[in-house]
Amino acid sequence: MIKKLAIAVAGSAMFSLPAWSQETVKIGFITTLTTPAAVIGIQQKNAVELALEHIGGQMAGMDVEILFEDDQFNPQVGRTASEKLANDPDVRFITGYIWSHVLLASTKVVLDAGKFMISANAGASQMSGESCNENFFSTSWENSQIPRAMGEVMNQRSVNSIYVMAPNYAAGKNMVEGVEATFNGEILGRDMTRWGADAQLDFSAELAKARASGAEALFAFYPGRAGGAFVKQYEQSGLADSTELFTVFTMDGVSLPRFQEANLTGVLGTFNTNYWSPDMDNEQNRRFVADYITKYGEYPAHYAAQAYDLIFMIKSAVEAAGGDLDDMDGIREGLRAADYASVRGDYSYGSNNYPIQNFYLREVVVDSGGRWTNQIVSTVFENMENPYIDQCPM
Amino acid sequence: MILLITQLINGLQLGILLFLLAAGLTLVFGIMDLVNLAHGSFYMIGAFIGATMAAITGSFLVGLVLALPLAFLVGYIVEVTTLRTLYDRHHLDQVLATFGLILFFDTLLQLIWGPVGVAVVLPDYLNGFITLPGDIPIPTIRLLIIAIGLLVAAFLYYLVVRTKMGMLIRAGASNRTMAGALGVDIKRLFTLVFGMGAALAGLAGLMSTAITTEATIGMGNDIIIQAFVVIVIGGIGSIRGAFVASIVVGLVDTLGRSYLDQLLKLFITEQNAETAAPAIAAMLIYIMMAAILFFSPQGLFPPKTR
Repeated sequence: MIKKLAIAVAGSAMFSLPAWSQETVKIGFITTLTTPAAVIGIQQKNAVELALEHIGGQMAGMDVEILFEDDQFNPQVGRTASEKLANDPDVRFITGYIWSHVLLASTKVVLDAGKFMISANAGASQMSGESCNENFFSTSWENSQIPRAMGEVMNQRSVNSIYVMAPNYAAGKNMVEGVEATFNGEILGRDMTRWGADAQLDFSAELAKARASGAEALFAFYPGRAGGAFVKQYEQSGLADSTELFTVFTMDGVSLPRFQEANLTGVLGTFNTNYWSPDMDNEQNRRFVADYITKYGEYPAHYAAQAYDLIFMIKSAVEAAGGDLDDMDGIREGLRAADYASVRGDYSYGSNNYPIQNFYLREVVVDSGGRWTNQIVSTVFENMENPYIDQCPM
Repeated sequence: MILLITQLINGLQLGILLFLLAAGLTLVFGIMDLVNLAHGSFYMIGAFIGATMAAITGSFLVGLVLALPLAFLVGYIVEVTTLRTLYDRHHLDQVLATFGLILFFDTLLQLIWGPVGVAVVLPDYLNGFITLPGDIPIPTIRLLIIAIGLLVAAFLYYLVVRTKMGMLIRAGASNRTMAGALGVDIKRLFTLVFGMGAALAGLAGLMSTAITTEATIGMGNDIIIQAFVVIVIGGIGSIRGAFVASIVVGLVDTLGRSYLDQLLKLFITEQNAETAAPAIAAMLIYIMMAAILFFSPQGLFPPKTR
């Protein structure tokens, strides 16, 4: 009798074992870890690792494994890496993606393989409109929302004319479209510069044209390394005396420490727009920013904030599905609920799986410790709808 | 008009930077018949060493002065240890070996300095601009680059045309075997020329960081292609050709970026013109190279004999 009981106990233990100890939540994370653009990817990787620490490395009792892949700032390489992850049956989420052109090159292989795809930065407008997909989510924004907010800011500050500069790729075009959609004044000129691994870093010709145009303000989008080159030449050209600078994705936790190191004091006091800022006052954000600074010695940028949110969002969805990774519908509902503590505060998802959230005006300031950072000045748009939502059939 | 003059000066500055890089490349290719893809690595090494020296001493100009001998030293060591074995090999072997050097140096610098790069801090008097007569504002650093580049060009001209060493260099370029038979220590001459080329490339690299804010891994690999275009247009082995071709390439590139979109707008829609212009502007120098080679297959200033 006792023997029988022992066998029964052992048997039930054997059955229940796989459910709580053998499965792992495998998450692919594609970002840029080489080339000078790696400064962004490293922040995202840091943020993911910090988030894992904060959740104790567990989701619904299962271990979490992150597979980082390097896109080398190159759409083809990013696509190959996505394909590799998509072919792994245990990988359920393929995430990351800094660059819109890398994202667009990778969406088909990932979504056709039946994986969840979550962009932790790239906001290609197509994915929120005509190409939206029930398994595609974003923890960030659609590209044109941030420049739309900036166009509105320039209206409020009664800027009459601007000159526009941006790199010539998917996001650059979205940025230009965005600012032109909301800005009421005159656009006196536009330059789209070469982008990619051999991106143009000498802007002498373009800045001279901006000056000659007589525009009151210069609107620019130069993420990563190009931002430093752009800002430095803006200062050196003397344009700073006559033409105010408004930027998107150029002044952030990735670039400001480098601007400070290079002593580019011209950026202090300039304005930019974003949906998040390191000084946002909520519990999740305070903990994220403080621990990030302690661990990595610098402010996190929005790239890091989105990657940090991503882990908490997946955790909430996996738990909403009761830890059943095969329950695609349950996980999807969990993701759509956005029922987790985001560093940006509460937000919701629109029918195209893009966040409906606030956008803020930020100013570059010196913090109490002497570090350069962003601070929120005002709210530009409250609960902004995604501009392409009507084109999404969902 | 002011815009045109500004753009001409900008183009001149880009050309001068290319010349510093191309001068060494054309001598090495012309005299030693060595295809050195790794020449861009010296551009990067000069920038990293110079930026570090500038950070240590707190002066960009000291960094500039120190970068020259240090880049020379690196070039010297690379020539003696590695490239010397390649002179008798086929061009394909040289391309493979020097491509290996690029990967080696990119990784080595990443190990030493990390993937992020080294920021360059300019003193205030170099960070501003100077207003030229006619109310034309030009960044001071660009004028400095032009001035240094012209000085180097004058020095090279003097060296090659007026000195004994220059005579030997020209002799080596015309006929290596004969020069050696007449008692010229070709090996030593090659090492010196190679080191000098590396020093000039390093100087160019550091000066370029004064515009782009930092020295980064792989920065030389982008510009080396343009330097090859320059030496092919100018005629391989010709310093004069390299100078003329550099200026032409610099001007074509800058003016293309400045005016091509306006030109295209005459023929196609505004939006298409703005998208197409940067792509076509990037191609312009290659189109020009093809056109020049069609009429003059040896370049503008072909070497006299081989």
